[in-house]
Amino acid sequence: MAQAPIIERLAILADAAKYDASCASSGTSKRTSKDGAGIGSTEGMGICHAYAPDGRCISLLKILLTNHCVFDCHYCINRKSSNVVRAKFTPQEVVDLTLSFYRRNYIEGLFLSSGIVKSSNHTMEQLVEVARILREEHDFRGYIHLKTIPEADPGLVAQAGLYADRVSINVELPTDAGLVRLAPDKSARQIEGAMGEVREAIAENKDARKRFRHAPRFAPAGQSTQMIVGADAASDADIVGKASRLYDDFRLRRVYYSAFSPIPDASAVLPLKRPPLIREHRLYQSDWLMRFYGYAPGEVMQATGADGMLPLDIDPKLAWALNFRERFPVDVNRAPREALLRVPGLGVRAVGALIAARRQRTLRLDDVAKLTVSVAKVRPFLITADWRPTLLTDRADLRRLLTPRSEEQLELFAA
Amino acid sequence: MTSAFREPRIDEAYCVTLAEPDDFEGWRDYARRLVMAEVPPDRVIWDAPDGLGGSSGGDLFATNGSDKRLPVPAANTPQPRASRDFVTLAKKAILHSDPARFALLYRLLWRLQGNPRVLEDRADSDVRRIEELARTVRRDSHKMHAFVRFRVVEEEGGADHYVAWFEPEHHIVRANAGFFVNRFTNMRWSILTPRGSLHWDGETLREGPPAQRGDAPEGDPAEDLWKRYYASIFNPARLKIGAMLKEMPKRYWKNMPEAALIPDLIAGAQAREAAMVAAGEREEAPRPATLPAITDALDACRRCPIGSLDNRAVAGEGPRDALLMIVGEQPGDQEDRAGRPFVGPAGQLLDAHLIDAGIERGAAYVTNAVKHFKFTQQSTPVSRGPGKRRLHQSPTAKEIDICRWWLEGERELVKPRVVLALGASAARSLLGKTVSVQKERGRPLALADGSELWITTHPSYLLRLDDAARASEEQRFAADLRAVALRVAELA
Repeated sequence: MAQAPIIERLAILADAAKYDASCASSGTSKRTSKDGAGIGSTEGMGICHAYAPDGRCISLLKILLTNHCVFDCHYCINRKSSNVVRAKFTPQEVVDLTLSFYRRNYIEGLFLSSGIVKSSNHTMEQLVEVARILREEHDFRGYIHLKTIPEADPGLVAQAGLYADRVSINVELPTDAGLVRLAPDKSARQIEGAMGEVREAIAENKDARKRFRHAPRFAPAGQSTQMIVGADAASDADIVGKASRLYDDFRLRRVYYSAFSPIPDASAVLPLKRPPLIREHRLYQSDWLMRFYGYAPGEVMQATGADGMLPLDIDPKLAWALNFRERFPVDVNRAPREALLRVPGLGVRAVGALIAARRQRTLRLDDVAKLTVSVAKVRPFLITADWRPTLLTDRADLRRLLTPRSEEQLELFAA
Repeated sequence: MTSAFREPRIDEAYCVTLAEPDDFEGWRDYARRLVMAEVPPDRVIWDAPDGLGGSSGGDLFATNGSDKRLPVPAANTPQPRASRDFVTLAKKAILHSDPARFALLYRLLWRLQGNPRVLEDRADSDVRRIEELARTVRRDSHKMHAFVRFRVVEEEGGADHYVAWFEPEHHIVRANAGFFVNRFTNMRWSILTPRGSLHWDGETLREGPPAQRGDAPEGDPAEDLWKRYYASIFNPARLKIGAMLKEMPKRYWKNMPEAALIPDLIAGAQAREAAMVAAGEREEAPRPATLPAITDALDACRRCPIGSLDNRAVAGEGPRDALLMIVGEQPGDQEDRAGRPFVGPAGQLLDAHLIDAGIERGAAYVTNAVKHFKFTQQSTPVSRGPGKRRLHQSPTAKEIDICRWWLEGERELVKPRVVLALGASAARSLLGKTVSVQKERGRPLALADGSELWITTHPSYLLRLDDAARASEEQRFAADLRAVALRVAELA
């Protein structure tokens, strides 16, 4: 079959890949090409080389090897029964594109995924082959993220980890029932089994590197996963619970959320009303609370309403604080870090600055104002040398006072 | 280099001119000597060239440069102290284009001698300023790493030379050289900026004078691919222009080839999203709540193209509380004419087998996965007489999935305990995926609503087989039906 020109196939296979939220190129080992024959470096911190009008960072060349697929997952634009135009790349074509973009400083590396063609193993072999050519034939030292296929042979997944900085397997849906209904060819047990194997491989590799400094690295940027939000009936509490279990069980670096968005030629089984993007945003905020603010998953769930959903009009940290007003106000000059981190409007950096500054002097409201984005937002929850919020935390209208006005919310919806 | 200490312009003030706008070493040397000589910050005027190739501010004082007035520290004066944090911050902040940066750094160094922990007081205005400068510089550096775009020029001898034009806001070019050397070690490249240029030949780094945009090449063959990628990876269903602008401010756009596409992408986005939603708008309508209402609504269904053919909807029939639901593929020519399911040749064969198996058809709810007859017109040979023959066409997976909405409505209302799917289309409609009938037949499969699904072949399949094969397949069909009959009897 004659192939379309590469630029047309690039358009199809990038379009097909854009529903994967992750574009991170961070968290891997530091490398340069100074002692190598090829190109590429990694800094630890990722670089976003461009931003699309959807506000997403473009860090990697994110494409599919092919959008042919024998699976029929209803939320996926590439499912077997969809009418999208199909295309495929050869591994060499992907390698050439990656290097061509990398040399011009367009990208940090490659994020390669694929529809399932012929068999899971065949597809996985092709993905690994791309990474192998890049690493072995071109001594490419940029970032590689490989989406691995849970049904593929564990030996292939292990190989992928040796070439890639990060490997990921998507759990796809927060509930098993959702998976059964919307991704009938996938099995939750198989997905989690594969994630477990990757976790083991990463742990073993860490151990090996403690003893042998030159042991080859296995997925130094760890593994991540993605959940689709709004395509099934899962509540925010379900999703937070699932995410925290995934973090614990599989030592994931990140759980990505992707608000289900309308796709061309959508399956008839899917809800067509898209969940508000703000819901995805609130879930990421709750993720942050668990990862950086010391909240237990159960505590994040306490921020949800009776229907298990996080409020859309205020962030989950504020929602939690409003539910636990007896924990406030906290004294800026005395409270431990953990207590300050719970104050709505205080970020990790602001808390660090407050703690450093209070060693120098007793902090007044003025000082707090200099170190935070909005003193008006934090004031009801804080005590300083010259400020005490009298009964403010008991006010019934506190939520209304602190809820952003509607035009600010529109910014988040960013129409 | 002549010393930067000059005749004081005002009584007792010292003017210091640094060699370069990012000359941290120079600043440190002079600052150290000034602190040791106990010259307070308000008596030092700092200056440096602006790095843009124009006349430096220092020229104003250039005539009487001399270090005769260099204050001499008293013997045994200890070296000034500065924490590592301060040095790290200062190395960044000094790259800022704010002319007051040298004075700020000196003032902080001066204060550090009295209070070594000054930097910890983040509410202090000098501390906040140095952090702000450093942060801005870090950001500008980061954006340089991100937004430099190389274009290829072929050199004599055929080697590729990668050249970029970039306009940084601060004096970061020299400080950023290492990043590009580490990353593109085995390439020949140049980065041209109005604040100076960098050239790497694969082995050594050279610095050059400020350049102009015209010195850089105009285009690159890979840019069309890159722009196509940029346009394709963008999801029009989630426009967030504010988030983009925050991270990629407009002032960088002019040197990024892909940025030229942004206005059109934004303009087209809403239309593209609206089209996607409209294409599937149908699901928004609530489903009719009774079987007669479903029957009525079916005829007007145009959710898929089959409904637009010259045909009529054939609804299911049977008791509202049937224990058994029988699902076929779609009405055929005769069913379409009669408006009832399973009345053609396949229906007659089914009826015969149902009787043999002891299933009363009238007690079962009989329906199809797809409610309209899908066919192609075949212009008939004259001998066949008037009219055209309508040839059965199988529904696509997508059409089955669309029509599944109706079957789900029927299942919700009838609530059968056992569902018998005849053929692969019916099985797909009930399971949401395509399965092999031969593999799945003969045993119950659990459905989400608690009922059980039995799958067997479609009777029209039996009709197409030759005699020998048909006999054995009919036996299996009969066996499947008997199993279902047994199960229904158990549940009754």
